[in-house]
Amino acid sequence: MSQGVLTISEQLEGNFRKVTYEALSEGRRITDHLDCDLVAMVLGSEIEDVAKELGHYGADRIIVADNPQLYNYTTDAYTNVIADFITKETPNVVILGASTQGKDLSARLAARLNAPLAMDSLAVRFDEDNLIATRPMHGGKVMADVVLEGKPKMLAIRPNAMPIIKVEGTGSVEKMDVDIGTTSLKFIEKHLDTSKVELTEADIVISGGRGMGCPDFSLIEELAQLVEGAVGASRSAVDEGWRSSSDQVGQTGKVVSPNLYVACGISGAIQHLAGMSSSKIIVAINQDADAPIFSRADYGIEGDLFEILPLIIEEVRKLNK
Amino acid sequence: MESIVLLKQVPATESLVRIAADGISLNKDDVKWIINPYDEFAVEEALRIKEAHGGSVTIVSLGPEKAVEAIRTALAMGADKGVLINDSAAERYDSLNIARILAAAIKEVPFDLIIAGQRAVDNDNFQVGAATAEFLSIPHISMVIKQEIIDSKIRCHKTVEGGTVEIEAPIPVLFTTQRGLNEPRYASLPGIMKAKKKPIDIKTIADLGLDADQIGKPLTRIIALKPPPERKAGIMIEGESAQTKAAELVRILHEEEKVI
Repeated sequence: MSQGVLTISEQLEGNFRKVTYEALSEGRRITDHLDCDLVAMVLGSEIEDVAKELGHYGADRIIVADNPQLYNYTTDAYTNVIADFITKETPNVVILGASTQGKDLSARLAARLNAPLAMDSLAVRFDEDNLIATRPMHGGKVMADVVLEGKPKMLAIRPNAMPIIKVEGTGSVEKMDVDIGTTSLKFIEKHLDTSKVELTEADIVISGGRGMGCPDFSLIEELAQLVEGAVGASRSAVDEGWRSSSDQVGQTGKVVSPNLYVACGISGAIQHLAGMSSSKIIVAINQDADAPIFSRADYGIEGDLFEILPLIIEEVRKLNK
Repeated sequence: MESIVLLKQVPATESLVRIAADGISLNKDDVKWIINPYDEFAVEEALRIKEAHGGSVTIVSLGPEKAVEAIRTALAMGADKGVLINDSAAERYDSLNIARILAAAIKEVPFDLIIAGQRAVDNDNFQVGAATAEFLSIPHISMVIKQEIIDSKIRCHKTVEGGTVEIEAPIPVLFTTQRGLNEPRYASLPGIMKAKKKPIDIKTIADLGLDADQIGKPLTRIIALKPPPERKAGIMIEGESAQTKAAELVRILHEEEKVI
């Protein structure tokens, strides 16, 4: 497949991360343009059965690297196995999701392979033979068009930015010989709260800021739970110690692009706007009619969020009935 | 424990970004410059490791002459010495080229740990730390919120979607910082005074013994910078009462935008 496109899938205990399907769908679009094969690579342990599913998202071939040492992600084992495969098969384009794992892996892989990498790509296009990725810089205050020169051209695509397209079809599943190679990182354990919706992957994010006035985010949490969304926070709310730093949305926190972002009591400092401006619909609720957040919001309500949020929750409950 | 901190000077996150006339760079006049916030965590963590285990902290930065200010701030926080690679050739380099230069500079300094920001908040590439580790043939662990050094090993808690993962690595190792690792200290007045006497080596790429072939050609090139897509003018939802406003918002989100 010397001209093909390779996607690196990300799974946890047999469940693929959503961005895996986004990467495949984008890969399919590129292979259709280049007229070549789409190959999906999956790493893990006892994952052959779940790997088949990737055919429904356009993979022609599904390469399974199955080994107990790949059960948990470690940078060095994954880099070794993937770099070997890429060196052998010489794909033209490699696509990964820019999850925390994908960012870590793609950066190490690019260095190993001496390959150009566009991190957090939002869109990809061809201009004659040039592959051009559009990616945010300065936390989304500016968009850069970047030409990738060399091979393979690596794209780490931002979660939630590209559509998932299901197709008719099944890919052939092939088990590859795995050589873990030399490694020094040791996985000890993980502490995951799978009940929480991940901020960067959520379709809906409800965020609170200084206007919350205290650590009690129960209204935000209640609304988030009702719409199966995630809870976010502004830097002020995190600095106050009201929320954990993993909830922070902004240039120095997480960058999110959900379908709906609801900013409650967030004034809209430029560093916060950078982290959520690519949301599809933005709603702002704030007592201050002059808050900068309203200039970015599609819909705004001026008023007391402790009065308005319970009413919104009540209205959403009616919809769900 | 000998630590090296990779540090970059970046525009303050409150700064507005203006695209320069050439369309591929940013207008840097009137910009306030700061230490990359994630590198500030790295400086703080290196100082805490020095306080607990002894050793020294060396700041390594690549940037223009004024990046000396950022190094000086780190020295005032308590770091021992600095190295600035200042070379106009570096302006057109991408993350891999820069990582090769940093790796060459680090090879001249004995180290146990390298600590870097997970990313610089200007280019947001998330690449230089991992690539530097690769070029030095040492492991790296990214997005660390807690570390513990036991003998010749380090155990790091790193953030992932929905939680944390614990990874152990032999030293020497590079790790990158995540928010939550620590609260960086402010430089004290005596610290600022002392920093004036601490050494900062300024080097060119040639001083590191690197030629253009070893650095490689940049493989990524910015061909255009654009402002983010404009958002259409928003609608303020009016109504006689909070109740009518809330109902109208939910109706719009459900019926028109179909997002709930």
